[in-house]
Amino acid sequence: MTRFLAITRTEMLILRRNRWLLVATLIMVLFALALTFAGSAPTGTLGVDMLTVSVASMTTLSVYLAPLLALMISFDAIAGDVDRGSLSLLLSYPAGRGEILLGKFTAHLAALAFAMTVGFGTAGAVAAWFGGAGADSLFALGRLIVTSILLGAVFLALGYLLSALARGATAAAGLSAGLWLVFVVLYDLGLLGAVVMDKGGVFTQSVFPWVMVANPADAFRLWNIAATEGVAMASGMTGAAQALPAWAAPASLLVWPILGFALARLAFRRVEP
Amino acid sequence: MTDKALTIETVCKDRGKTRVLSDISLTLEPGQRVALLGHNGAGKSTLIKSILGLTPIQAGTIRIGTAAPGSAQARRDTAYLPEAVSFHPALTGREQLTLFAKLSGTNADVPALLDRVGLGDAMDRRIGAYSKGMRQRLGLAQVLLGQPKLALLDEPTSGLDPISRQDLYAIIDELAAQGTAVLIASHALTEVEARTDRIAIMRKGRMVADDTLANLSALAGLPIRLRVRARANADALAAELGGNRINGASVELLCSPADKMQALRRIAGLGDAVADVEMTPPKLEDLCRHYAQEALQ
Repeated sequence: MTRFLAITRTEMLILRRNRWLLVATLIMVLFALALTFAGSAPTGTLGVDMLTVSVASMTTLSVYLAPLLALMISFDAIAGDVDRGSLSLLLSYPAGRGEILLGKFTAHLAALAFAMTVGFGTAGAVAAWFGGAGADSLFALGRLIVTSILLGAVFLALGYLLSALARGATAAAGLSAGLWLVFVVLYDLGLLGAVVMDKGGVFTQSVFPWVMVANPADAFRLWNIAATEGVAMASGMTGAAQALPAWAAPASLLVWPILGFALARLAFRRVEP
Repeated sequence: MTDKALTIETVCKDRGKTRVLSDISLTLEPGQRVALLGHNGAGKSTLIKSILGLTPIQAGTIRIGTAAPGSAQARRDTAYLPEAVSFHPALTGREQLTLFAKLSGTNADVPALLDRVGLGDAMDRRIGAYSKGMRQRLGLAQVLLGQPKLALLDEPTSGLDPISRQDLYAIIDELAAQGTAVLIASHALTEVEARTDRIAIMRKGRMVADDTLANLSALAGLPIRLRVRARANADALAAELGGNRINGASVELLCSPADKMQALRRIAGLGDAVADVEMTPPKLEDLCRHYAQEALQ
């Protein structure tokens, strides 16, 4: 079982060496800080502390950034090795395909976790320093970091899936961009259109919340927003959350990484280097 | 059967509707060096990937020792050098080889191994800055990890300069000496000629020859070329020996391996009339062409 750790160590080295870790952490810090300062205006009117507002803004940021950063590392994971011709060599070693995938996943997830924790943590510390923070808002910040890592894990796994299915790293990059667009932008647009068409009928009442929570990006949003009253108020989005049981969003976000990883593992088995 | 390093029996493989490997049989004893020759697309790389268990076969059996291709035991016992190998450009040679050592579960002396293949000075540079030959050397270094029972080298000489090729041969001999069976796939014919114990020739997915170089030559009956340089009168020499005069001073004659000694005795009997004799056995290239054409008919 130490073999996947050898892969993990090497992948970490690559992420550090090609500056991915530095760039991703910088992006997270800059965006989170910018949102914290830009979003601090409504603090007075809503009567919540600055960190609460900051967490609400950063939740919206993370929906876009966490999947993007995750896909940026994972699209190359299998297709890149196939392109370089090094996958056949790697597979001639005693490490199994599951171990290789797990090794890469562990390294990539650790890198994402580092970027998320440093980015959101810095912004949270700044917000708490300037605008105060309560136990509630600190808890919300912690939840934001953990769920962002989970959301990243979903898209890491889905990135591996595409990387195994695609012919070549370039194709995998294209597919990843498409996947991001579908899950993060088009899915919500489609749902919005459906709700408008339905005019408050059965679909809006009972089906829509479930379809929404099935998307990991929306589950992430719901989990963070529904759980804290202050955050929900700051983001003005409580309706959909109230129609669902409390476990729905966490369940979706916890099941997706496992499902994605299993699918990636299945697709990887069929790759002939 | 367990003393064989590699056993391949009547293996067939289809890719779509085309049969890319057809009825292939081949065995390698421990310490044996076998050259696997054939043109591009003859099925050499496909056969190697089948041995590694990276691609399924439709019929026949492959055993590495007693283990099935792709099994944990087989992967522990096999070393592989892919054709035109490449590694992640961000890693250094030392880091890459350390990963392979950990994966194979051996406590190899990585710097010493890199020294052995001539990468001692470059081991802490990024692979992205390596030349093709240096990447090939790094590939070779990982073959030497952990005393494999079987080494599969796919075009190991590609990208290597002549001096590196000498190093490569030394490494292959070293592997064979420690009991590793070495299968070298190549289309560069003359390089491996004198260096292997046996030669297998593939054409369009079929094994058309598998024997020692000497036996293959005898079987093919390709003539030995004798070039006799006359001291004075080449015309007279040509008339005496019955060969063709090819330039002002030399006569060339062809004889079968069986008649070689007799021809040499006759030439020696001519005494002072002969200045020099040059004998050229049939080249592997000629042999390969011979067997490839035989398969065509």
